[in-house]
Amino acid sequence: MNDNSLLNEFTIFVLAIFIGFEVISKVPTILHTPLMSGTNAIHGIILVGAILIAATASDPLQIVLGLVAVILATINVVGGFVVTDRMLEMFKGRQPAKPAQTTPPEKPAG
Amino acid sequence: MTVWVSLAYLVAAVLFILGLIELSSPKSARRGNQIAAVGMVIALGATIPLLHFTTAGVVITIIGILIGVPIGAIGARQVKMTAIPQMVALFNGVGGGAAAVVAVSELLVKGSHPAFAVAFPSVFSIVIGSVSFAGSLIAFSKLQALLTGTPITYPGQQIVNGVLALAILGLAVYLIAIASTPVIFVPLLILGLVLGVAFVLPIGGADMPVVISMLNAFTGLAVAASGFVLGNFALIVAGTLVGASGTLLTRLMSDAMGRSLGNVLFGAFGTVTAGPAGATSAEGKSVRSGTPEDIGTLLAYSRKVIIVPGYGLAVAQGQHAVKELADELEKRGVEVEYAIHPVAGRMPGHMNVLLAEANVPYDQLKEMDQINDEFKSTDVALVVGANDVVNPAAENSPGSPIYGMPILNADQAKNIVFMKRSMRPGFAGIDNELLYDPKTIMLFGDAKDSLMKLVAAVKAA
Repeated sequence: MNDNSLLNEFTIFVLAIFIGFEVISKVPTILHTPLMSGTNAIHGIILVGAILIAATASDPLQIVLGLVAVILATINVVGGFVVTDRMLEMFKGRQPAKPAQTTPPEKPAG
Repeated sequence: MTVWVSLAYLVAAVLFILGLIELSSPKSARRGNQIAAVGMVIALGATIPLLHFTTAGVVITIIGILIGVPIGAIGARQVKMTAIPQMVALFNGVGGGAAAVVAVSELLVKGSHPAFAVAFPSVFSIVIGSVSFAGSLIAFSKLQALLTGTPITYPGQQIVNGVLALAILGLAVYLIAIASTPVIFVPLLILGLVLGVAFVLPIGGADMPVVISMLNAFTGLAVAASGFVLGNFALIVAGTLVGASGTLLTRLMSDAMGRSLGNVLFGAFGTVTAGPAGATSAEGKSVRSGTPEDIGTLLAYSRKVIIVPGYGLAVAQGQHAVKELADELEKRGVEVEYAIHPVAGRMPGHMNVLLAEANVPYDQLKEMDQINDEFKSTDVALVVGANDVVNPAAENSPGSPIYGMPILNADQAKNIVFMKRSMRPGFAGIDNELLYDPKTIMLFGDAKDSLMKLVAAVKAA
């Protein structure tokens, strides 16, 4: 790793902090629990890291560490997204909600 | 790493951010979570095909995923909605553990005298990851009632924790600056685990949501640090997003409880003390209890009823019964609303999830600021399994541990009906003078049973 790439990573890190603060500041209280759960699922990205170290494992210690990391990270990512979805699945107002809040029903994602 | 992998990581990062934005409104929240999941699949899909797997590597990756998927999926599917907070704690803890293990493994590969750019984030990830892992397990045990919910304290606790933290700091500096061998990470890992346990033990069960939120932010940062060790952008961006948003969320939560984060973490809040708050209440006061029939009649002939649900409702699985009671009252022309305290349940928003499960439309759920002025014109405040969130001590008893926490003004209603199992104090362990108010009628028993009796009584009235 040369100095330049470290600097690039650091730049990304700092900018991500600001984005993280910015996106959260508008969340209503009722969504705090699902939000905590949702962000919890996102740090399941450690599965990428776990697979990176597991892939090249050769000696017994690395194999054990790799296996443990992949199992733990998989539980994090799968459990995190599923439990968040289960919570949010139930957030439907049976009666139509206040007209002021209507948003277009379909918006392309991404 | 090729250009395509980097681009895929960029797409994933954008999807995570969009997902978080969508998560901020009830209407789009579910889609937000799904968008983030798509981002995750893209990040994984871009990484895996390009790796040069060893034979053992392929095997353990597949085995690991085959073990992890059912545990995560079944755990998340089977968990009762009341137990969501501890489940989130558990999923968070394993993530922190994974981050620490990744850092350890990478440090071993890099061998002796790792460069500062590797050693520093490795040490950070190992310590924070293991604190998060052990702390989350303790938080889980407390909420699951495997451990007592009251703070576990002993003399000199802060000193012991301080010494632990210093020992970790010393070892970390040694590992980064001097160590020729990475074996020293073993004591670092162990100390991190011990600190995680020691740190969460003295915190009361009522404060666990704040702690879980903070450990969630910790795990995010540990993941970001692992990203620095591996030189992986996806980990850095996603981990940092969670670290930053989790930190802010933690502050919002402690604000909602009217307390500073420092007070939550180090106040050993909820210990049963003979402080000024406890000494003046309880002794020599009597409570009035009523029969379901009396209370059913009272409710049936009211004009307006506000239901104040709390965790006791959730424990008794009474959310469907409460909905039935509300329907029955509405049939008779009674106006029914729900007053949701920001920390009702075990986490902000937890009560909304529980009531949503019983098909209570979310426009009937009123937040504290929206409804607090309405109690004055309310005939009955029906408090179901809640306690601390209506405790007037928060407003008028400066010695009380919950002094300063905003509360629901149930005491201003013309009548207050308290449905409780017993006279036991609430989760925060503080006596509630509202129970002794002359306007208050107690209805003892399991919340669900009592609610069913009330439904019958209202029908008969």
